[in-house]
Amino acid sequence: MTGKKERAVITVTGVDHPGIVAAVTTELAKLSVNIEDISQTILQDFFTMIMIVDVSSVKRSEVQKALDRVADKQKVKIIMQHEDLFKYMHRV
Amino acid sequence: MQFSKEEIAETIKMISFERLDIRTVTLGINLGGCIDPNIDRMCKKVYKKITSVGRDLVEEAKEVEMKYGLPIVNKRIAVTPLALLLDAVKTKKESTCVKLAKCVDSAAEKLKVDYIGGYSALVHKGFTKGEELLIDSIPKVLNETKRLCSSVNVATTKSGINMDAVLRMGKVVKRCAAINPLSCTKLVTFANAPPDNPFMAGAFHGVGEAENSINVGISGPGVIRAVVEKLGDADFGELAEKIKQTAFKITRVGELVGREMARRLNVNFGIIDLSLAPTPFEGDSVAGIIEAMGLEKCGTHGSTAALALLTDAVKKGGVMATSYVGGLSGAFIPVSEDKGMAEAVAKGAMSLDKLEAMTSVCSVGLDMIVVPSKTPAETIAAIIADECAIGVVNDKATGVRIIPMGKEGEWVELGGLLGRAPVMSVSKFSSSKFVSRGGRIPAPIQSLTD
Repeated sequence: MTGKKERAVITVTGVDHPGIVAAVTTELAKLSVNIEDISQTILQDFFTMIMIVDVSSVKRSEVQKALDRVADKQKVKIIMQHEDLFKYMHRV
Repeated sequence: MQFSKEEIAETIKMISFERLDIRTVTLGINLGGCIDPNIDRMCKKVYKKITSVGRDLVEEAKEVEMKYGLPIVNKRIAVTPLALLLDAVKTKKESTCVKLAKCVDSAAEKLKVDYIGGYSALVHKGFTKGEELLIDSIPKVLNETKRLCSSVNVATTKSGINMDAVLRMGKVVKRCAAINPLSCTKLVTFANAPPDNPFMAGAFHGVGEAENSINVGISGPGVIRAVVEKLGDADFGELAEKIKQTAFKITRVGELVGREMARRLNVNFGIIDLSLAPTPFEGDSVAGIIEAMGLEKCGTHGSTAALALLTDAVKKGGVMATSYVGGLSGAFIPVSEDKGMAEAVAKGAMSLDKLEAMTSVCSVGLDMIVVPSKTPAETIAAIIADECAIGVVNDKATGVRIIPMGKEGEWVELGGLLGRAPVMSVSKFSSSKFVSRGGRIPAPIQSLTD
């Protein structure tokens, strides 16, 4: 543990239907991934949920696998990206 | 929240809908330490060096892809120009070249990289024995290897154009095509070849480079096109400004990935190549950007000005986003690899002459152009000479990747990301006497800067 907080951005894109948020957050809770922020937007006509999560003490590949399972079941697209990508692109 | 949802959505839109990706992460490897007069011993050393330095390249690149949710389309290796190694071998035969080439190719296969570049010679001022040997063996080598790419630098601003090399390359292209025209897609003839270019077929780990380095090629024609389309009737100032802002963001992604890859592989971070590299996929087209600026078809009058604006804005935006810029850095205008460009040729909007004019304001030259299979070697040499003149006089890199194949007007398939293209017409008038004069076109006056 370096003590440095590492965050990732999870985006869920697809056709809106009941249960998406519950499905994603349940899986994240099982893996002890803390959700720091959650918001919604419309992207190219698709419902998009954006979450900022703390991944400092979890194995990224395990979270990814869990999210892939949810994506498959809920028929949505889920992407998890390290926060540095957004820092580099949007902050000088 | 540290980022606004609009910022996050913008990034996701670029990656998911506009094909933003890292086109290539290229690991440069110095093979200087492998030089040996005995070819078998040298091959062993070369294979060991490439497979040990590059051992983790593909795996680490996959990890980085996952970390940032960002595709890295190609993982590649560039090595020291192999002519430098061939200079040392005692037995200077074609079979020696083939042996070395196959060894390098098999190392690339073992590492599962897409391409390995460096079957190269720098002959802008003259040939060494190893370089002559390498150039003459290119047709056989490219047809007996899968991943190996070849490049020959025949001109520089400082030394002029080696016309003996230009003519020789015209003949080499024809000999490649006679065995299999598709092998010409792995061969580029350069003026002012950059030593740190991450893109194929022209990548090699040049003289002056560190022991190993990571060079990154970014992408993003689709992203720029979407921005230009959204701007509607904006004037040129606004157009250039918005392209600059977008190029900045795209380049930052390259910078992030380059630094992370260099850290993971414990090698030197070399450069970001700012080029916009198109693919045959819908919308991922430089021609598409030019058309979005208001030209009915790419190639019509105004296309050179549009491309000049684009290239300049991409460079200005990109240069702020990275500490080290290098490679070709501009916009690629290949024909077969850019669906919009190939369609412009088919519609008669784009000709070889217009393409040549456009290469004076972009980065790479005549790339992935298909000309009739019966085009004489001397005509191909003259096309190369013209392109070299543009590069040498303007002190910029230019290259020619030309494929003699099929008949004028018909479409040819090159496969996968290489795309498809109509066969372009070339002049019916001979250039033979000119290109056969021999010797070197002297360096232009602008080379005297010291």
